[in-house]
Amino acid sequence: MSQQEKQWRPVCNVEDLINDSGVCVLINEDTEDEQQIALFCIGENKLFAVSNYDPFGKANVLYRGIVGSLGGRYVVASPLYKQHFDLESGQCTEDESVSIEAYDVRVNGNSVEMCW
Amino acid sequence: MSISQHIVVVGNGMVGNHFVEEVVKLRESTDTRITVICGEPNLAYDRVHLSEFFGGKTAADLAMITQEQYDEWNVEVLTSTLATNIDTESKTVTTNTDKTISYDHLVMATGSYAFVPPIPGHEQPHCLVYRTLEDLVDIQESASQSKVGVVVGGGLLGLEAANALQNLGLQTHVVEFAPQLMGVQLDEAGGRVLRSKIEELGVQVHTGCATQIIEAGETCRYRMNFADGRYLETDMILFSAGIRPYDQLGRDAEMAVGERGGIAIDASCKTSAPDVYAIGECAALNNFCYGLVAPGYSMAKVAARHILQTDIENAEFAGADMSTKLKLLGVEVGSIGDAHGKTEGALAYIYENQPEGVYKKIVISEDKTTLLGAVLVGDTSEYDTLLQYMLNSIALEDSPEALILPMADNKPGLGADALPETAVICSCHNVTKGDIISSIDEGACSVGDVKTCTKAATGCGGCAALLKSVVDADLEGRGVEVSKDICEHFAYSRQELYDIIKVNEIRTFEGLLESHGKGELGCEICKPAVGSILASVWNDYVLEPVHIPLQDTNDTYLANMQKDGTYSVVPRIPGGEITPEKLIVIGEVAKKYNLYTKITGGQRIDLFGARIDQLPGIWEELIAAGMETGHAYGKSLRTVKSCVGKTWCRYGVQDSVGMAIFLENRYKGLRAPHKIKFAVSGCTRECAEAQSKDIGVIAVDNGWNLYVCGNGGMKPRHGDLFATDLDDETLVKYIDRVLMFYVKTADRLQRTSVWMDNLEGGLDYLKEVVIEDSLGFGETLESQMDNVVETYQCEWKTTIGNPDSMKRFRQFVNSKKTDTNIQFVDERGQIRPATEAEKLSEIDIKEVQ
Repeated sequence: MSQQEKQWRPVCNVEDLINDSGVCVLINEDTEDEQQIALFCIGENKLFAVSNYDPFGKANVLYRGIVGSLGGRYVVASPLYKQHFDLESGQCTEDESVSIEAYDVRVNGNSVEMCW
Repeated sequence: MSISQHIVVVGNGMVGNHFVEEVVKLRESTDTRITVICGEPNLAYDRVHLSEFFGGKTAADLAMITQEQYDEWNVEVLTSTLATNIDTESKTVTTNTDKTISYDHLVMATGSYAFVPPIPGHEQPHCLVYRTLEDLVDIQESASQSKVGVVVGGGLLGLEAANALQNLGLQTHVVEFAPQLMGVQLDEAGGRVLRSKIEELGVQVHTGCATQIIEAGETCRYRMNFADGRYLETDMILFSAGIRPYDQLGRDAEMAVGERGGIAIDASCKTSAPDVYAIGECAALNNFCYGLVAPGYSMAKVAARHILQTDIENAEFAGADMSTKLKLLGVEVGSIGDAHGKTEGALAYIYENQPEGVYKKIVISEDKTTLLGAVLVGDTSEYDTLLQYMLNSIALEDSPEALILPMADNKPGLGADALPETAVICSCHNVTKGDIISSIDEGACSVGDVKTCTKAATGCGGCAALLKSVVDADLEGRGVEVSKDICEHFAYSRQELYDIIKVNEIRTFEGLLESHGKGELGCEICKPAVGSILASVWNDYVLEPVHIPLQDTNDTYLANMQKDGTYSVVPRIPGGEITPEKLIVIGEVAKKYNLYTKITGGQRIDLFGARIDQLPGIWEELIAAGMETGHAYGKSLRTVKSCVGKTWCRYGVQDSVGMAIFLENRYKGLRAPHKIKFAVSGCTRECAEAQSKDIGVIAVDNGWNLYVCGNGGMKPRHGDLFATDLDDETLVKYIDRVLMFYVKTADRLQRTSVWMDNLEGGLDYLKEVVIEDSLGFGETLESQMDNVVETYQCEWKTTIGNPDSMKRFRQFVNSKKTDTNIQFVDERGQIRPATEAEKLSEIDIKEVQ
């Protein structure tokens, strides 16, 4: 990741989110650190941000997965091969050795902000 | 152990083929070459179900292997070729085509031939045997010129042959030398009951008859004269008086043979000649030839392991149990172990019910502790339990007669727990209870999984019920609740959820979760399942905002996701009929968006490589040209394939294209537990392959024949003939009812084929429900289908007209960029996804425009 200091930065607006589903934002656009992030909004106000890259399918698709709860954890199921990723930690629930980057995310006014 | 070697297999019956499969499975590389010498023109086929040939199955249906599969495995096969000589010193085989083939290991799987007693006159035309596919063709031909047929031999195969003759419409007789039928498997009383049942079915049985001569007849083609002065007139004669091992090749090569024939083998299936093995019916272990397929498979496994030097500690053939259960002329017959009570001191319990033609006997040891054998005629429901008692020497309780008495209180149904791990559950594939448990250890969690992993219950299928009880018991023992709950959020089966939604008029997932589920969110199992039920019941637009989170990505984006995250687009082409104008539009769209274009198996065109943000633009153009979504992404009707029909075809008898278009337009958009495919053929040549579809319609002179619950794919299933000579209206009525009944009652992701296999009462039950309206809701099913038809909408048309829905079709909500990870290279003039290596090298990669 970049050398820059971690801080809260706006990535999109609240109305861009879809309830109980995912959208994708591009961060560090047009830099070497350009990254796709999947943003999920569960219920009214629970927000999660993880990398959009599916390490199994090797494609940028996680935001198109179905979100759900498994044993009390919030997860997204990859639309390609259905592995689950814990939305809070990024841990794959089927394979301990695989996890994806998870980020802090919050709503500030009308703006959705991520910390990186 | 990887060594370069050449294995030559003589014979390509079920056992010879099984041997090849075993070697392919076990070998470490194709350095182990295999050559198969096959005397028949057909590769291995299912001889156990040979009689189904007369029921309409073709040689291809009975085939157990294809040339393509052998090619893929690098197995060379010489069909219609006989091995004529084996030189065990130079280790070569010579064929009747004058080929000499060297081997490192030779496997004799030559099988057996039908024994024809040397009765004068047996070599005339219309005196045939019942053994191979070619024999069956001859029998069919002869039967077409005959009215009366005789089977010589009242054993298992003879009765099967009699069944065939009867099905061919002949007045059928069975002539048996012994005083009873099936003398090997049944006792005298059992034989008597079997005889009376068979005679009830119109087959005349003559026992104690020694045929002396076959001469010209008076009323029929031939007359058979018997030793006691009786005679019988017949037009054709089938010999089925037992089988003999094909061991001549071995004898010529001076291999040791058994006392009553068969190439002698030891427990590792080795013959007396170095590096030569014998398996199946041509082999004799301790002077005994095993005329069943299951022991043959065991021998194939043993020989393969010894030749490849793999896992040889467990590879031993020590003989096999010859217990058997089958249906002969519709009569259930079972024979277990010491059926005749020959063991010293053996005692028997006998139950006979003459009015219903049921006979049951168990043979137990002198000390009444173990079951030695059994005979069952007319009802074999206790077979599985009795067999396990015998095979595993399970201690009998007091009053063992309760095992066969009807309505006995506390009938000791043998729980799966009582079986030892060594108990063989599936004898066709030699799968033990232990094998089943270890497949569950490795992650199998349903009967279906266990079948896939172990092959249990995929041979004759006779052990299916026992398999299920073993699997269920084991899962329960692990605390896995064996229930039909679809997931942790709903303690209901799909069918129950369907009823709940319907009865309580629930219209959203949240509503259902709140009233009948647990947890706050659901998951990727229950959400799409409920989404599909809601769509089936209410037929709402699937992208209503409340339904969006329920859909699999394919349903959400109304396209099929491919491995690189792009989508494929399939416009509907009803019945496969398309105008040149529309074809040109599809071509222009594909060209404009640089899409890979391929014709599908369902007679339409698939356009691949569309980025998510391109989907709306593509569909705007397709819709403007009058096209609609093909629902290729949905668990719904895919296509109705058709042949061109009587409009053009010289042979067609109905307008198959017109019917296909009508059916496709009627059922398009119907949401179901799984995808549904149809086909309509214009005549019985069946060019549209309707019998492999969920709903198959075949034109006949008087209308349409309807087939249901066929399937291609991983586990092909022939459709069942459901009704014949239907007019258009009745055809549609039946399809409405079958489909709606399936939609209401099937499990999640259950194709119609599996649904039918699991439907209690099977085809007959479905006919009762649909044709006879036994549940009294036939009209309800129809009106529900009418409702679905009336509320149909093209989801893409609705989507394009709705700016809010369109917002979803973009990769990033905060950028106009597209996904740079999607990269294509050129192949045969079109795009294909770049591999990871190609992406790294960045050579020749074309980014999407």
